[in-house]
Amino acid sequence: MNQDIFVVIEHLQRKVLDISFVMLAAARQLANSTGGNVTAVLLGFNAQGLAGNLSADIVLYVDQPALAEFTSDAYQKILAGLIQEQAPRAVLFGHSSIGMDIASGLSAKLSLPMVSSCHSFSDDGKYVSQICGGKIMAEGMLPGPTVLVSMVPGGYKAEQGQSSQAPALTNVPAPALAELRVTLKQYIEPDKSDVDITKEPILVAVGRGIQNKDNIDLANDLATALGAVVCASRPVVDQGWMPTTRLVGKSGKQVKPKIYLALGISGAPEHIEGMGESDTIIAINTDPYAPIFNVAKYGAVLDLLDLAPALTEKVKGAKGG
Amino acid sequence: MKIAVPVKFVPDLVEELTIAPGGSALDTTWLRLIISEFDDHAVEQAILLKEHVGGQVTVLTIEAEGSDDFLFTAAAKGADQLIKFTGDFSNSNNHALAHVYADLLKLVQPDLILTGVQAHNDLDGPVGPLLAEYLGLPYVGYVAGITVSADHVVVRKEYAGGLIAEMELKLPAVLGIQAAEQPPRYVAYSKIRQVMGTAKIEERAVASLDTGGTVEVSRMFLPEVAERATMLEGAADQIADRLVSIFRELGTL
Amino acid sequence: MTYEVVKSAIVFLGLLVALGLFAWRVYQLLWVNLRRGQPSGKFGCWGERIKGLLQYVGAQFRLFRILVPGTAHFFIFWGFLILSLTIFQAIVEGLIAFAKPDFVLPIIGRFGPLALLQDVFALLVIAAVAYGLIVRLIINPERYKGSHKGEGVKVLAFIFTIMLSLLVMNGARIHLGEDPLRAWRPISTFVGSIFGGLQDNVQIFIREAAYWLHLGIVLLFLTELPHGKHFHIVTSIPAILLRNLEPPGKLPPAGEFDGNPGVGKIEQFHWRQMLDFYTCSECGRCQEVCPAYQSGAPLSPKLLIMNLRDNLKERGHAMTAGSTNGALKKALVGEVITDEVLWACTTCFACDQECPLFIEHVAPIADMRRRLVIEGRMDKILQDALANLGRYGNSFGQSDRMRAKWTMGLQPAIRDARREAVEYLWFVGDYASYNTTLTEVTRKTAQVFQKSGLNYGILYDSERNAGNDVRRVGEEGLFEMLVDKNSQIFAKVKYQTIVTTDPHSFNTLKNEYTKNGDDRLSVIHYSELLDQLISSGKLKLSKKLGYKVTYHDPCYLGRYNGIYDAPRRVIEATGCELVEMPRHGSRSLCCGAGGGRIWMEEKTVKERPSESRIHEAAALDNVQVFIVACPKDYTMYMDAVKTTGNEKKLVVKDLIELVNEAL
Repeated sequence: MNQDIFVVIEHLQRKVLDISFVMLAAARQLANSTGGNVTAVLLGFNAQGLAGNLSADIVLYVDQPALAEFTSDAYQKILAGLIQEQAPRAVLFGHSSIGMDIASGLSAKLSLPMVSSCHSFSDDGKYVSQICGGKIMAEGMLPGPTVLVSMVPGGYKAEQGQSSQAPALTNVPAPALAELRVTLKQYIEPDKSDVDITKEPILVAVGRGIQNKDNIDLANDLATALGAVVCASRPVVDQGWMPTTRLVGKSGKQVKPKIYLALGISGAPEHIEGMGESDTIIAINTDPYAPIFNVAKYGAVLDLLDLAPALTEKVKGAKGG
Repeated sequence: MKIAVPVKFVPDLVEELTIAPGGSALDTTWLRLIISEFDDHAVEQAILLKEHVGGQVTVLTIEAEGSDDFLFTAAAKGADQLIKFTGDFSNSNNHALAHVYADLLKLVQPDLILTGVQAHNDLDGPVGPLLAEYLGLPYVGYVAGITVSADHVVVRKEYAGGLIAEMELKLPAVLGIQAAEQPPRYVAYSKIRQVMGTAKIEERAVASLDTGGTVEVSRMFLPEVAERATMLEGAADQIADRLVSIFRELGTL
Repeated sequence: MTYEVVKSAIVFLGLLVALGLFAWRVYQLLWVNLRRGQPSGKFGCWGERIKGLLQYVGAQFRLFRILVPGTAHFFIFWGFLILSLTIFQAIVEGLIAFAKPDFVLPIIGRFGPLALLQDVFALLVIAAVAYGLIVRLIINPERYKGSHKGEGVKVLAFIFTIMLSLLVMNGARIHLGEDPLRAWRPISTFVGSIFGGLQDNVQIFIREAAYWLHLGIVLLFLTELPHGKHFHIVTSIPAILLRNLEPPGKLPPAGEFDGNPGVGKIEQFHWRQMLDFYTCSECGRCQEVCPAYQSGAPLSPKLLIMNLRDNLKERGHAMTAGSTNGALKKALVGEVITDEVLWACTTCFACDQECPLFIEHVAPIADMRRRLVIEGRMDKILQDALANLGRYGNSFGQSDRMRAKWTMGLQPAIRDARREAVEYLWFVGDYASYNTTLTEVTRKTAQVFQKSGLNYGILYDSERNAGNDVRRVGEEGLFEMLVDKNSQIFAKVKYQTIVTTDPHSFNTLKNEYTKNGDDRLSVIHYSELLDQLISSGKLKLSKKLGYKVTYHDPCYLGRYNGIYDAPRRVIEATGCELVEMPRHGSRSLCCGAGGGRIWMEEKTVKERPSESRIHEAAALDNVQVFIVACPKDYTMYMDAVKTTGNEKKLVVKDLIELVNEAL
């Protein structure tokens, strides 16, 4: 019986996405309890180089022009054949725009059990999933012989899934794909004209607590005083008060600044996904039970509309001397 | 263009969630159900497509608290056909739901099926791809933007960081909606009441559910908070002072 | 053919043409269009209506709210009435000139004191007109922005000419010895003396010239009357007679068209509202007091009514002519009156209150908003607020189970009115229950009630938003649902009086909720209750606080329901010195949160009303405390104090906080 843990590597535009490394780290923990290998499954076209820093025991690589960039139909067809043939203990997918297009389809097609939103595994091989907006955790044994799992980030650090040594790569032959029903026409790049918040060391983030567009000036003033840049959570961007280029979160940018000052942000999991790895998180919120206080290093329960002007003044004073 | 929109109801997160005495499921005493946000967007997108290119919109759901109100609201927005499945759904999961929907949709044969890309209480994967597979149709999820043609659709698929992929799918197809082109519209109460007099909800009984494909849950619990932030006390001025010294410690000032 | 015969003929023809044109225009503009409107229901209360005529038409009450222009119009109006007899005289004397050239009206034409009155009023009218011209041409106040000033100047010129020509005519007559009442006409005599030295035949010429000018302008004015804003001369009396006598806080019910509430075409207004549109004299008093207009929003109540009037005329004309041109295609809601204009209103009622002609502005706005709601044309924030109100019974989107969270820890626990009978049912309201800044004030209120030994209870989580602002936003269906839910609970509870801390809830509970058919509920505002408790001795205040305070009259407590004194007595009882802001009482400036605006995005160009108000308060000498009696006022003014940088000068306190301190 195959006890290997497969990890479906996610890549876009010739770059491996972070979730792949998170999954490799998770796979390592799971493999330790099952006694199998960590096998990275890489589909692409002339993409062997992408396997360079994957922390896996082996890489199964399928090379075909139709697999150059992700499309659901092509990837699902190839993976179906591979999983059926190899029958691993578990297959890990990202709980993402790539993984979620194919994981449950494969569950239906191959009649294999599936568990989604998995956050981490326990040492005794249980899955721990996070549902209901992160408010509820569900735990259970992973059924055999093969189970499909989709993973959310947060349980492991990406660095844990990276290696300095390239793993052994095996070319897996696969029948040429024909009659594909889903094709990629083009990518539309995000607006690059605005400042890149992922490169900023200090971010002043505003959430629903900012209340209206005018108050964003308070954040701007503070950012200017600190030499920082303003970013926002989804509700603020949805209202049109800040452009999408400043969105931090699951559907926006992932940032890891030195300081993340979260003003009036409640801390929904989708937002935490975008900034949870920041060095120092400082949270200001009027709700003492806001989940953001669980990831922040420092916090204060007060109105950002009170704090922002006061802080701006103090910072200016400190800098001015 | 025949569009079908299967939707489901999920726990309302505004209410407090508690675990049932058994420890492996949610306590349903104080639980309230609300339409899954992405399914709400799927209905809106379907109505928008009907407004753009014409056609017929069918909304399907299983019986739940508030399902009738939702179906009538969809009718007030412009949905043509409302279908509600009745039966015992206490042990259902998405695989079972997908089977129920697939059995009917095989007969209805829609050109396009729109459903929310996921629901927050999904534990065995989202409904969309399961449904697509049972019907033998292609699937693309995280869709925020659809252009329809006679035999295919072009969709805008969202990736993280603002990257968008334009994908083309042959019809018939299933799409997992992330966001409709505009937020779900408000429907005035008087309009819903008006529609209740004219629209009909078709009920279909479901005898048994095929719940295979899911994984057992042995325990449900509220997440433990590993560490809580060091809370600063005082008025705005005092806290501002503290923050300035923290900034100094971190080397930014 | 003598001159007199020609004179009679011309007067006859002139009269015929002028009356004919006038009648025709009144018929087309008024009768035909009003008949296209919806039925207006019964009127009744004729005693009060006649009294209204005496006060508001006769005594011109509301006009005096701005003293000098009010006085000027008083003279012009009464001058018009008193001098109408001279016009009648002129017409009749012209008509029978061929038979009796020196005709004088019997009895009234020979009554000396009347002649004196007419003479004096002619001068007063001239003075008033001169003032009016100065205001329009030189001073040019803000309230005239958008009004047809040219038309105003023209009519003033008409009136001036009519008066002057009358005096000249009289003066000439006096000189020619034709006036037996000359002693009673000092002004005319004076005017006459200016050209007194001229020969008789010149005087006759002057007399006749003045006569023709006088009559000519009168007939010209008559034909012009139906066209512009001076139609109010004809329509103001029926408009004021038939005005809405229901309490201001009761919004008229929604008419339904195609099964949905709301007005989408001008014909869907009822005919009395249409009469209102015609009656606008473009004086701009409403515009001057409108908080939305002051903040730079596109709404001007005056322009709203003018646009409705113009659309009424345009559509009426097009429908009569059977043409399908642009006028009929123009959408009332969206083009004639834009969405933005409709949403800018805070429903503060300042416009309705100020209008000397009792034109309703808030009601048509609510009517048209109902259409916007049906069509889903609103801010996303408002959509969310309505969705939350429908689902959770509060606009915050918080669970209805959390409504009574603020009571946690209070000892003794507040009575649950659903379980035991109470004397006072305290309807707490959304903001006081859910807003974390306000729950402190709510707890203090409970403490004060407790200390006064009040027998009271609350509905805990069965309470729902009372629906006042939901109704004013135009969501009639949701309003009815909320009224239903609350009424069902009220029916089960044993209580004597409802007391509420929120003026918005107070307004709708008092004026729009019913029980057992048409009976109103017994509701008081907590400021009234405090007043009663203090004056009856049940609530004893041991301290005299000695603050210098000012008090902001909430729109829904003051203007809408006439409660101005009770809160002031309470303030006095706490030993504070009350300094009034210039705009106090019925002139209080709305904080800007009403009419659902607190659920909409702010798009201020100029100063926010709340900030303008804080500046007004800060300008008062040494006033430290800004007293409010409404939770929305509390949040708006707390914010405004910060944004205007007045934290060191003013502190915002609720009335209950004063009372609590003085216990």
